[in-house]
Amino acid sequence: MSEWAFIALLFVISAMLPMVPIVGGRLLGPHKPNEQKNSTYECGVETVGDTWVQFKVQYYIFALVFLVFDIEVVFLYPWAVAYNQLPLFGVVAGIVFIVTLAEALLYAWQKGALEWL
Amino acid sequence: MADVLASLADIYTTIGNLLTRLFVDVLGASPELASGIIKFLGAGLLATSVLLILVFNIWFERKVMARIQDRIGPNRVGPWGIFQTVADLAKLFTKEIIIPDGADLVPFMIAPVISVMSVVLIWAVVPFAPTLIGTDLNIGALYFVAVSSLGVVSILLAGWSSNNKYALLGAFRGVAMLVSYEVPFVLALLVPVILSGSMRMGDIVRAQSIPFLVVMPVAALIFWIASVAEVGRQPFDVIEGESEIVSGYHIEYSGFAFAMFYAAEWAHGFTVCALMTVLFLGGWRGPGAEQIPTLGIVYFLGKTFLVYFFQVWTRAILPRMRIDHILSFSWKFLVPLSLVLLVLSVLADKLGQLYIPGYAVAGSFVDLLPRTALLLVVNLIVGGLAALWVAGLGRRERRRQEAALSVASIEGRAAQQAR
Repeated sequence: MSEWAFIALLFVISAMLPMVPIVGGRLLGPHKPNEQKNSTYECGVETVGDTWVQFKVQYYIFALVFLVFDIEVVFLYPWAVAYNQLPLFGVVAGIVFIVTLAEALLYAWQKGALEWL
Repeated sequence: MADVLASLADIYTTIGNLLTRLFVDVLGASPELASGIIKFLGAGLLATSVLLILVFNIWFERKVMARIQDRIGPNRVGPWGIFQTVADLAKLFTKEIIIPDGADLVPFMIAPVISVMSVVLIWAVVPFAPTLIGTDLNIGALYFVAVSSLGVVSILLAGWSSNNKYALLGAFRGVAMLVSYEVPFVLALLVPVILSGSMRMGDIVRAQSIPFLVVMPVAALIFWIASVAEVGRQPFDVIEGESEIVSGYHIEYSGFAFAMFYAAEWAHGFTVCALMTVLFLGGWRGPGAEQIPTLGIVYFLGKTFLVYFFQVWTRAILPRMRIDHILSFSWKFLVPLSLVLLVLSVLADKLGQLYIPGYAVAGSFVDLLPRTALLLVVNLIVGGLAALWVAGLGRRERRRQEAALSVASIEGRAAQQAR
């Protein structure tokens, strides 16, 4: 537990460190808002329409493929730590898992999920 | 005299003991409270030095970039312009923090804080010297992957809450790119964990009698490329892309809110260099560092700055890639390559452990030579074949484009003659 106490302390300090200058800058710096200054900056052109638009479905598909991979990779870490004590069978079992992962990648590739349309 | 020398050799433990004695014996605190205060001081020192070293790093990067591009770079404020960053900070501090109309205030102000936190927290598990490490977690490797992905959240928060289309575009691109490169990053990170048999960062460094860069050069290269992409530096700077989406997700930020994003990005650049040093270049290891732990930090910082120089170098000479090329490069090249490399390496290594006499997985330089030789051969074969495959793809694509071009020019000439 005492190992994590340091991280808890660092968590608090690393949050304070950027907060103090931002709040300080807000208090000490000038504060003269006007309509022109507060408008959305798009290189001087008047902004048209709503900002929070619908986005390409492709972002969502990449996120899904990533999610599958990242979760499965996390399962590989305990295997990697135990690797030196594993018999050959254990290593081959890990390889079968990786090949399954690769097959999922090939499937997504063939389905065109990795194309940027 | 010998006592003094011995205490100087391990100055970090000495300072810790002195502080404990000061709090317990002189000020009368309980030992638990004393260790808590020392932890607090250590955390504060670590967090501030991560941000303070940026003052030097930003100057270093601008100076090196300028020299590569045949300019002089900052040279006005102080000798060789070394106080340029201080002047910039003083300027930024006196600027107004503008909150644009329609911005979602709470996420807008939280985003820069999270982006700094995600970087500073990584340093908790970085070993500077044998006896100097924030906290040697037994899941250190997993911890920094988890913490550094907080950066993605801050980019998405900033882009979404700014009420600006450029910021939103930058955030979308950034998230797509960062999650794509997380996969090869994590797969390449498996390699040091397998080779050292531990996720503890201290153990990973101690296992590197031969640096893992020599044992698994292809994995080190994959890790390097993925970590440059994680930072979002050139050639992977589509998140910001000054010339297309006018600096992306932090377009609406000004003053110190902007400076925090800037600091976080630069600190992240330096942090991945430190991680590269710890995981693949042997961290604090160097002649005499085992006996004299004080030397460790010198080797560590030396190697980190060498890696940082390479990062600045790539940044200065490579143009920005297109978002679809970046994503294809990750999913269709780096991920398959790291999977193939992982499978072949663990198979060869396990067979070596079982059938080659004198094959050791831990020990001194000489003990590790058979393993290094075997894995190096596997790496060179896999890397060489991958390079040949990419060269073939490139050649085919170039021929196809040349053929298309010549057909087009023939048709164009025919059309001209018909006129």
